[in-house]
Formats: sequence, C-alpha cells, structure tokens
Amino acid sequence: MTGADTSPQKEPPPQRLLAEVLVPGTAGTGEALVLSAPISFWGGVDPASGRIADVRHPEHGATIAGKILFLPGTIGSSSASAVLLELVRNGHAPTAIVMHEPDAILLLGIIVAREMGWPTPVAVRLDSGQFPTFACARVVVGADGSIRIADSVCEPAEIKT
Amino acid sequence: MSLSLNEQERTIAAGQDSPAMAMRIVAESARLLGAPRLIPIASAHIDGALYHGDSGTLFAERLVAGGARVVVRSTLNVGALDLTGCSRGRLEEPARGMARRMMDAYRKLGCEPSWTCAPYQAGHRPAFGSDVAWGESNAVVFCNSALGARTNRYGDFLDIACAISGRAPDCGLHRPENRGARLVFDLRKLPVAFTRSEIAWPVLGSLYGRLVGDTVGVVVGVDAHPGDDALKAFGAAAASTGEVGLFHIAGVTPEAPDLATALGEQSPETSIVVTDQMARDAQVRLSTAESVDRVDAVAIGSPHLSAAEVERLEALIAGRKLAVPLYACTGRHVLASLEADGRRKALEAAGVVVVADTCVVVTPILPDRTGGVLMTNSGKFAQYAPGNTGYAVLYGSMAECVESAVAGRPAYAGPAA
Repeated sequence: MTGADTSPQKEPPPQRLLAEVLVPGTAGTGEALVLSAPISFWGGVDPASGRIADVRHPEHGATIAGKILFLPGTIGSSSASAVLLELVRNGHAPTAIVMHEPDAILLLGIIVAREMGWPTPVAVRLDSGQFPTFACARVVVGADGSIRIADSVCEPAEIKT
Repeated sequence: MSLSLNEQERTIAAGQDSPAMAMRIVAESARLLGAPRLIPIASAHIDGALYHGDSGTLFAERLVAGGARVVVRSTLNVGALDLTGCSRGRLEEPARGMARRMMDAYRKLGCEPSWTCAPYQAGHRPAFGSDVAWGESNAVVFCNSALGARTNRYGDFLDIACAISGRAPDCGLHRPENRGARLVFDLRKLPVAFTRSEIAWPVLGSLYGRLVGDTVGVVVGVDAHPGDDALKAFGAAAASTGEVGLFHIAGVTPEAPDLATALGEQSPETSIVVTDQMARDAQVRLSTAESVDRVDAVAIGSPHLSAAEVERLEALIAGRKLAVPLYACTGRHVLASLEADGRRKALEAAGVVVVADTCVVVTPILPDRTGGVLMTNSGKFAQYAPGNTGYAVLYGSMAECVESAVAGRPAYAGPAA
C-alpha cells in the first residue's frame, strides 16, 4: 500500500518541482491543461469522452483525456469518483492529476481503479500558485511526484506582477 | 496525524480477497481525509448501485467474485431500473443490462433490496449517537439531523467498502466536536400562513442549502415537530442546493433540545434572519419554466413518497381522471400496501404512473420531450430535473400539482406578489 519514498538527490533544475504524491500511479507525459476554475466531475465532465461538459465552466469544450490536468479546486459530488473510474477504464483519463487540495471523493476513483488492476494516473498535490508555470507546455509527472516541463508548445501568457 | 490501523484491520487489508480490497479502499480514503483511525459502524445505506457506467458494474462484480459480504445492515438506494415492473424506463441496451447486473451484484453482496432514497421510512432507523456509513444526500441529512445517528456523506465505492469492512474513517460528522451548530437560521419573522403551508419546508430547505452550505446550522422559530415528511422535504431540498450534511431545529431534532445546546453553548458565528421576501424569492427560484401556460407531466416523490403522502395524493385526486400523467415515485415499503388492496390499480386507472425502485430524475422515464414542462412539489426534483431530464420546472404544492394534472394546464397560484 505504501509508495516508494524517493528523495531528490540534488537541487532540482529550474521548472522542476517535487510534489507530494497523493495516490501512486504511472508516470505521465502530456500537454498541460490548467483549469482556471474549480470543476465538478459529476455533471461537469462527460464520463464517456473526458470532455468538459459544464457550459458555465471557463474551459467548457476542452478535453481532460490524455492531459496533465491541473485542478485549482473541485466541487464536491459523491459521484465524482464514479466519473473518474469510468474515464480510467475507457482510456479517457488524464495522464496525471495535479491538485491544489486533495479531494478524497475524486481520488477514490483512482484508488478503486488501482484495486481493479487498471493502469492509473499518478495524482500529486501542488500549490495552485505554481500552475501558470506549466500552462502551454508538455509536462512530465514522475511516479515520484516530480513535475517538469518537457518542451513548450505555445507562448505562455506574460505574468505581470 | 497519520492513519494507524489496528492489527485486525492490517491483517484484513493485507489479504488477496475482496474484503481486503474493501478494507484498503476505506483505509486509503481515511488517509486522504486525514482521519487518525477507523471506527466500527452499525449500518450502511448504499448509493453505489445506481448505474453511471460499466466500471461501477465491474467493480461490484469483482467484490462478489472475491467473496465479499456486507457485515452490517445495508439498505440500497435507488437503482437505474424499476425492477417491480410498475414503470418502464427508456434506458437502452447495453446500458440496461449492465445496470441490471449492477443491481444484482449489490444484492449478492448481502444488501437489502430496499431500492429507496427514504430508507428511514422503510424501517432503517439507526440509533441515536451510533456511527453509520450512509450515502444519498437526503438520507445522510435525515440520518444525522432527524435521527441523531452519525455519518459523513459517503459516495460511490466508499459506501459499500465501509459496509464490507464494517469500518469508516474517524473524521467529520462522526466526531461530536464537529456536530454543534455555528449558524442560526431564524424563521421567527416569517408569516405563520407561510410557515404552516405545505411548501414551506421544501422552499426553506432550498434557501437553507444555498445560504448555509456545509456549515452546521440550527433553525429557530419552529413551534412543534413538523413530522418526518416535512424534515425529509427540508433536508432533501437543502442537500440539493448546498453540501448540507447536518442541521438542527431547536426544540425539534434530537441534538437540539434547545438553542443553546444545539450551539454547544457557544455564540453563533452567523445569524440569518429569513424574511418573507427571501422565502418568496426562494420559491420563485424553484421554477425554471418561462411561462405558466402549459404542463406536460407532473412528478412527485423525491425523496420517495411515504404511505401518508400517497394517502394524501389519493385524497386530492378524489376519483377524478388526470389529463396529463402524474409520476409518483415511491419504494417497495409503500408499494406493498398499495398492491394489497388494489390501490395501485386505482391510481393507475386515474392516470398516475407509479415508479418504484428508482425515480424520474436519475434514469430516463419521462417522455423525451424538448421544451417540456414538469410540475413538481419537490425541492429536490425542482433542482435536478432541468439538468437531468431537459424539462423546465414549475414548482407548486401537491394540491396544485394534482389540480394541474387534472386540468391539463397549470392550476397554479404561484408565490404571493
């Protein structure tokens, strides 16, 4: 039940972070999808395709399938776990989930998928203040919780301070 | 604080069978929830047998194949199919077959085929102060609030895992220190004519959920126990507009013999004085239909109708024929008495469609009608019907619902101007 605790051997290079692993899973690579608002998986994400179905959500129409999904927050629904389990089974889950706060109900979908023996994405915790670094990039999330940018796929929006 | 399991729990979790799988699911959830330990539970109400996709069916069948059985009394919430045959849903193959397999699997795990969202009116009433693992938002609220048993909001997979392991994470509403009210919801300014009306409880519930959310609140200004059906309507509406898990009513609910006790002898952090205008606005918000010139169907029974509510329906219909169908959702605990003396047949002859084991917002039963208008007296149906059925909602009392069904058009006063 316990994941391997690998500590970094040296100072991580720039744009590489070590996040807390919430639920162990397979390392993932994919385009980052950084949501700009919390989402309810139940009713908000189509369990058949992974498309964001909530018309009021800013990223409505985008798909979470195959992405590194950055979640600033989740809106509780007791069926969120069922949606995530269905996405894992039908191959439309994100390749990794990066959450600002752990949501036990959502992550239960991954816990159950692991018990079923299905390959599951790793889920890690990272402060949402770090999310903009990864927008517009292909990101690699390691099984140890490391997050790094593989390459940029578009120009990141300039962050004004 | 990190989770620690006792020796028995560790031994079970280390196994290869499906009871081990259930224990690991509970333990992993407890770890994510920050619970320091697991606690024994006295019963469960399982919401996980409603079909959302094949993965849920496969999970339940895996539990069955691995030899799991529930170790505490476990009632089942609604499924996606009416297994009594009273109504016929539109769910098509292959989903229909998978939904059926799912319902069968949960029965094989030892769960009672109660198939109702009102288990507390079907003989499942856990003792005051006992820890239980209940799913279905309205059942959770009723269990905590009206019965004083202790449960968090258990969802798919975790509910059955708790029932198989007999354990739940020790956190949230299981802990007495989290059950005191921190907010007062004051009804004393409302006109008596409104608070005594049939729609007061669902309307005020929808307002309460929206304003209070997951904070524990105490309602003041209720003179006498309004009855289980009123508390049921209030809690269901509240849990459909906010993440309400527990409310108190001073002088009514078991953990609130008086206001000071409900507040745990502390000062409330917030007080909300409900005005006549707020109540009227909340009532208006329950309707989404743009005009009140048509009604295509009427649906009542969310949560499932009690025996007393069916009797009231029969009295209101009073032998007349309905011009549009009225879907009356209830459980087997009520259906049995309706079958015994031909009352179901009489209701159906009048134009009522009795729906058992399920309801019209969780599975497609209503005719697929774009732009249809559904009238209901349920705050919970009013909240979910537009998204789940595509029908616009017209909210009214049960009497208005029946009169509209008889007339074939809204017989509807609406909120006083």
